[in-house]
Amino acid sequence: MKDYSEADAIAGGIALSAATAGRTACTDGYIRIEAGEALWTGLCKGCAAGWQDLSALWFDKGRMHMALWDSKARRGAIVSITAEGGAYPSAGLYHPPAMRLERAMRDLYGTEPQGLPDTRAWLDHGVWPSKPLKTQKGYRFLLVEGEGLHQIPVGPVHAGIIEPGHFRFTANGETVARLEERLGYVHKGVESLCAGATLERAGKVAARISGDSTVAYSFAFARAVEAALGWEVPERAVLLRGIMAELERLSHHVSDVGAICNDASVVAIHARCALIREDILRTAGACFGHRMMMDRIVPGGTACDPGDDSAGAIRALLDRLEPSFAQVVHAYDQSPSLQNRVQGTGDVCPEYAQQFAAGGYIGRASGRPFDARRALAYPPYGSVEFEVPGRMTGDVDARVWIRIEEVTQSVRIIRQLLDRLQPGRVMAPQPSFGPGEGAALVEAFRGDLFLAVRLGGEGKVAHLHARDASWFQWPLLENAIKDNIVADFPLCNKSFNCSYSGHDI
Amino acid sequence: MHILLISALLKGPAVTPAPDPGAETVDELAKALGERARRKLGRSLAIREVDAGSCNGCELEIHALNNPVYDAERFGLKFVASPRHADVLLVTGPVTWNMREALERTYTAVPDPKWVVAAGDCAGSCGVFAGSYACVGPVSSVIPVDLHIPGCPPQPIELLKGLIGLMDAASR
Repeated sequence: MKDYSEADAIAGGIALSAATAGRTACTDGYIRIEAGEALWTGLCKGCAAGWQDLSALWFDKGRMHMALWDSKARRGAIVSITAEGGAYPSAGLYHPPAMRLERAMRDLYGTEPQGLPDTRAWLDHGVWPSKPLKTQKGYRFLLVEGEGLHQIPVGPVHAGIIEPGHFRFTANGETVARLEERLGYVHKGVESLCAGATLERAGKVAARISGDSTVAYSFAFARAVEAALGWEVPERAVLLRGIMAELERLSHHVSDVGAICNDASVVAIHARCALIREDILRTAGACFGHRMMMDRIVPGGTACDPGDDSAGAIRALLDRLEPSFAQVVHAYDQSPSLQNRVQGTGDVCPEYAQQFAAGGYIGRASGRPFDARRALAYPPYGSVEFEVPGRMTGDVDARVWIRIEEVTQSVRIIRQLLDRLQPGRVMAPQPSFGPGEGAALVEAFRGDLFLAVRLGGEGKVAHLHARDASWFQWPLLENAIKDNIVADFPLCNKSFNCSYSGHDI
Repeated sequence: MHILLISALLKGPAVTPAPDPGAETVDELAKALGERARRKLGRSLAIREVDAGSCNGCELEIHALNNPVYDAERFGLKFVASPRHADVLLVTGPVTWNMREALERTYTAVPDPKWVVAAGDCAGSCGVFAGSYACVGPVSSVIPVDLHIPGCPPQPIELLKGLIGLMDAASR
């Protein structure tokens, strides 16, 4: 109860550890609490005070739900409050990282967070024929005033082969005074498509929430469904899931290191990294039947069982990757002109990383050590040895180094999993379907993603909510580019590599 | 840096052999392309990529076209930064309502003669997103499409076949 009194003394907030004392967790590891207004707002204030992290916030069946994580006690909870007529006390009023989440739910479900400081529409651009916009037309960007300031609107269609989104820069000469993001362009109605869908169909939609994290999303969907149904997964499938998740992480870490260098005009590194990525994708294609391993993880196990020679093929891939990537790292570290571009560029301060509970290399480069694989130790990560790299400097360089070090760790994890791989089943028999709830937090390459499902029985999904890591990273990009020059934006943006599709759901 | 460069030189090219575009693709495209286009374009296509709602899976494989293995530029296929510089719009995704206007405006900005290639299952039929309130429909429901390259996502070699087919048809 110590935290509770601290909470009272400082901000009248409530710590999760106090609110959940003596409660046992459900099969998915989350404690479930029904909250009244006082507990709800108290826990939100506790988030603002830094006692617990906000993992997700969503609406389902007349209630708002909030997933929280206490990193000291390593305890997670899902707190629910009845939203009578959609109304409930705003979390964003006390804890700003909740604001975009609340604006999104407001657009999709007509909820009314009482006291929400920013009531502009977020995902709703006023053009959905079946959901006429209830709020104002158009979009009011935040006012930036001062002598010599000018605006640079960029997007939604960008110059490269990237996803759409709008960036509104206000600059003073070359220096960015403010960046404001306008997202939602690729909103595809994921939650509505999954409502009433079969497990198979919902799983396919979940795998396409953000294509670059397709393995991680399928992993999270499978884990959430398995928790809801008490579905045990065979050992071989658990190991294969880990191998696929790490291959996905490797493919992006390697190619993004190259892409960041490309944005600093060092094309040779980019070319080498693209070659390594292609090698990874071809090996994945040969072993798992799909270059990006899409739809390969399903509730109950894996949809494919790679042949006997796959373990050897993956080992050979790692043997090729390590010396080749070592040359990349050496070139990155030894190029003064490259170092000049990345060091001290796009700083994310530890306070913001902590406040927004920024996951992945963005959090870990700014002193927030959270990694869902370590914190939740979900299978197979509880039984493998790996380190979680950390940095404090929070610049582009720090984020690159986190990725470089994670490449080493992923290789290490895959080797351990391959060593344990034995022949056996990859799918567990389907349990009887019934109503249930389950949630999962899975470490995608860019950070932890949260996915919750409510099953309605007969193998149908009643509701699905997914919160990409990007939700808590995009806001930090706005801050990271501040006081940098406009020309460094691509470098900063690539070092974040947030998902548009994963965010826009 | 010199170690990386020397080892790259010693390894030699990583490039994959040129794929055969297939008669079917070329026939489909020959209809879309006239003699006038051939004279104007020669063997060179400038491509502007537009994500009109994709999950970004297609973008990853389109990116791979520029890597040293597929090396699309050796066929005269060049990705450009502005629709003003483009001959071809390469569009992915089910077109979302929130992207419809941007797609239409990008299409309008491409000078004539121009072609549209819809890449991926979503661009062709909305894929798993069919029936969503947030999606207008396939790319062809918003702008005229000359070629569709299926796949979820289409593999780089399939994308390359489609685009080379487009050029072959233009050169006939």
